[in-house]
Amino acid sequence: MAERIIKLPDVGEGIAEAELVEWHVKIGDIVREDDLLAAVMTDKATVEIPSPVEGEVIWVGAEVGDTVAIGSALVKLKVAGESGAAEEPSGGLAGNQSVIPGQAEGLSPEPRTDASDRKGAGGGEPISDKPSALGSGPFAGAKSRNDVVGSTAKPTVPPPKAARADVAPIQRRAPGEKPLASPAVRLKAREAGVDLRQVQGTGPAGRITHQDIDAFLLRGPEPARGGGLVEQSAVTEVKVVGLRRRIAEKMALSKSRIPHITIVEEVNVSALEDLRATLNKKPTPERPKLTLLPFLMRAMVKALAEQPALNALYDDDAGIVRQHAAINIGIATQTPTGLIVPVVKHAEARDLWGCGIELARLAERGRDGTATRDELTGSTITITSLGALGGIATTPVINYPEVAIVGVNKMVVRPVWDGTTFVPRKMMNLSSSFDHRVIDGWDAAVFVQRLKELLENPATLFVDM
Amino acid sequence: MTEITCKLLVIGAGPGGYVCAIRAGQLGIDTVIVESTRLGGSCLNVGCIPSKAMIHVAEEFEKATEAATGKTPFGLTAAEPKLDLKQAVAWKDGIVQRLNNGVAGLLRKAKVKIVHGKARFRDGKTVVVETETGPKTIQAEAIVIATGSAPVELPFLPFGGNVISSTGALALSEVPKRLVVVGGGYIGLELGTAFAKLGAKVTVVEAQDKILPLYDAELTGPISKRLTALGVEVLTGAKALGPTAKSDGLRIETADGKERSLPADKILVTVGRKPVTDGLGLQNLVLDMDGRFIRIGERCETAMRGIYAIGDVTGEPMLAHRAMAQGEMVAEIVAGLPRAWDKRGIAAICFTDPEIVSVGLSPDEAKRAGHELKIGQFPFAANGRAMTRHGEAGFVRVVAQAGSELVLGIQAVGQGVSELSAAFGLAIEMGATLQDIAGTIHAHPTLGEAFPEAAMKALGHALHI
Repeated sequence: MAERIIKLPDVGEGIAEAELVEWHVKIGDIVREDDLLAAVMTDKATVEIPSPVEGEVIWVGAEVGDTVAIGSALVKLKVAGESGAAEEPSGGLAGNQSVIPGQAEGLSPEPRTDASDRKGAGGGEPISDKPSALGSGPFAGAKSRNDVVGSTAKPTVPPPKAARADVAPIQRRAPGEKPLASPAVRLKAREAGVDLRQVQGTGPAGRITHQDIDAFLLRGPEPARGGGLVEQSAVTEVKVVGLRRRIAEKMALSKSRIPHITIVEEVNVSALEDLRATLNKKPTPERPKLTLLPFLMRAMVKALAEQPALNALYDDDAGIVRQHAAINIGIATQTPTGLIVPVVKHAEARDLWGCGIELARLAERGRDGTATRDELTGSTITITSLGALGGIATTPVINYPEVAIVGVNKMVVRPVWDGTTFVPRKMMNLSSSFDHRVIDGWDAAVFVQRLKELLENPATLFVDM
Repeated sequence: MTEITCKLLVIGAGPGGYVCAIRAGQLGIDTVIVESTRLGGSCLNVGCIPSKAMIHVAEEFEKATEAATGKTPFGLTAAEPKLDLKQAVAWKDGIVQRLNNGVAGLLRKAKVKIVHGKARFRDGKTVVVETETGPKTIQAEAIVIATGSAPVELPFLPFGGNVISSTGALALSEVPKRLVVVGGGYIGLELGTAFAKLGAKVTVVEAQDKILPLYDAELTGPISKRLTALGVEVLTGAKALGPTAKSDGLRIETADGKERSLPADKILVTVGRKPVTDGLGLQNLVLDMDGRFIRIGERCETAMRGIYAIGDVTGEPMLAHRAMAQGEMVAEIVAGLPRAWDKRGIAAICFTDPEIVSVGLSPDEAKRAGHELKIGQFPFAANGRAMTRHGEAGFVRVVAQAGSELVLGIQAVGQGVSELSAAFGLAIEMGATLQDIAGTIHAHPTLGEAFPEAAMKALGHALHI
């Protein structure tokens, strides 16, 4: 038998390292050629690493959450053939690559039930197939706790969301069931007027200790017993890995480096909505129904043509603002695993429907996790919209290193004084943030006013001025 | 008629009553205790203590007999032993006397007033005691009924003549040649075994299909074996019908429905015990009853405020140590302390040969209660001390809840295992887990070593089997 070292391949675009976000295998597993070994995450995309050969996993080089350098050993396989360690010839992944943005966290390694059957001859530590999905919540019984201990105690890669073994099971007992406590503790409780059934035992088998009584006395009795309300004190640890870590880092970077200035302006979109309704009456495949965003994108294209300083990336380390001729509009999009920003490239070259079609396509790709890395990078300015959840005003966080972001708030019908009477008007606020280091408030205000003007008079969107 | 007023009146100076009175005295409660016969109750006078004295005599005699026959494996021979049963009974009476005096001394020390005579309720606060010097009226704020129990008499086999109760058996002046024991419970078997060892030809008649019906077959197996070795005939499924015409034996109906006469010099009837409430004037009270027993709550309170009941008069298990614990608790309740019955286990012991001890749930009981079980059993045949004291029969069994490994019950059968009840009781009361027991060092070489071994067996790693 020979050993084969699988290195982390170059996942493209000059990336030097990637974060390991998921193991598909564990020590002792038998993998076949093209079986997935692990998932790593680069800037925004998740890349699955397949196995180039068949063999038994005998070593893994990183834990979930670790950053792994390209070219470093990821997995050792025991493979058939001559003895001696052989290395996976390095190189790109070619056709094996599947890029899945957002599908980064929250997935436990799939236990491979067939692996344990086949690994017998190969030896190796048997590993529990239970991925410790049982939580340590307040109703997790002692039994599940022991199972967790059993599986996490093995020398294996811990599943990303393994329940913590040292979180004592908190047991709540039915009335009539005797709480577990020593006679001295029972007496202490009785003298203190404590109903032991309400006390959480932290000892073995949920035994109530002197310390538990003391803690209970300190905390006071629980409110409203029998009302179905129970106090919860469980702490669930969620590892910030993968996409979530990217988001966290990026947000922190933006907020720590960029002094934001946010302007909220209201926009009368009654005319725009009338126009949109008219255009949407007869949708065709070439001209599908439009949302409000393509109009906003067109308005931004027009406004940015007049104020190119806002369509820029500020390399603050180098001290250079790069104004881009291409208007690549990032669209902040919520996915089941978190926020991603697919990019509508070259909005300046797309008409209203062109923007709308590309927007719909990217949103779809983002939500089902098939957007490519290319589709997720390269934006020069960003729109954030929460639709009906948009609130009255927001304080959007700039998509670093961009310098501006436009936030769309919810549209509502409001009475508007037209000089003689109140008339119902569809009103919508735009909350836009700017990098105040390179954008002055005046310029920001001019941009916002220009957007308002264009959106309130939609005909002007379609005439060259 | 003299009148006494006190805070607490205890009726009955058995183990429940006198402990209650002593504890009340310690707590400064003005206490009176009434006893119609001798201090110490059944336990001290005609039960636990004297029976153990006679069992000890029988054991010693049996050992000497074994030595006389030259059958000991260790080469001991001795002359034919002779027993003066009268002297043995006198020795036993001496012990009882000492303990009687001890109880009287303890009561005096606790400043408890002792009134000799038969008590009768006039109402819920007043009791009239017929003393040698005339009736005394006692007014009390709280009254504890601790009148105990007495042997059940069979209507077709009334006590008298050759038909004796356990009390009579302990006062025999000579060993009967042929003894028939009606009732194969623990009292009948303890005494039957003792008399068999003393040379009587003993026949046990048990209506149920097994002896010691409260214990499982595993526990009673070694007892049956020993009874056979001692020449005791055990007839299960057999019904006593009545004395033979000449009163020289017992007519029974055997398991296969045939009538048979068992010649007997004495017929010992041990078919249970009944509460002693006759003449107590309970008709003047409004107490809830549980059959013939007084129904009590978790504070040993009866249906009437200020009236408590403890011990055998409240039903099974009719054990002195239960009554003592109840008495202690009631005294503290009367003193105004917050107390309630929260005991986890009451050890039950058969001083048969070998002995049986059981605390907590048996495997069957635990299963019925819906527990998933882990059971560990360790045989004394693998215990060095059991071998060296020439008593290898039996085992220790630990019944634990799977998962939490909480010990639910502990049973043992074997020579001298009654003393293990201390460890067993503590383990149950403290809420021990298997690991607690396995992790406690037990001295070597002792019978007690079988306890952690049984726990380790349940955990899957017993060392000595």
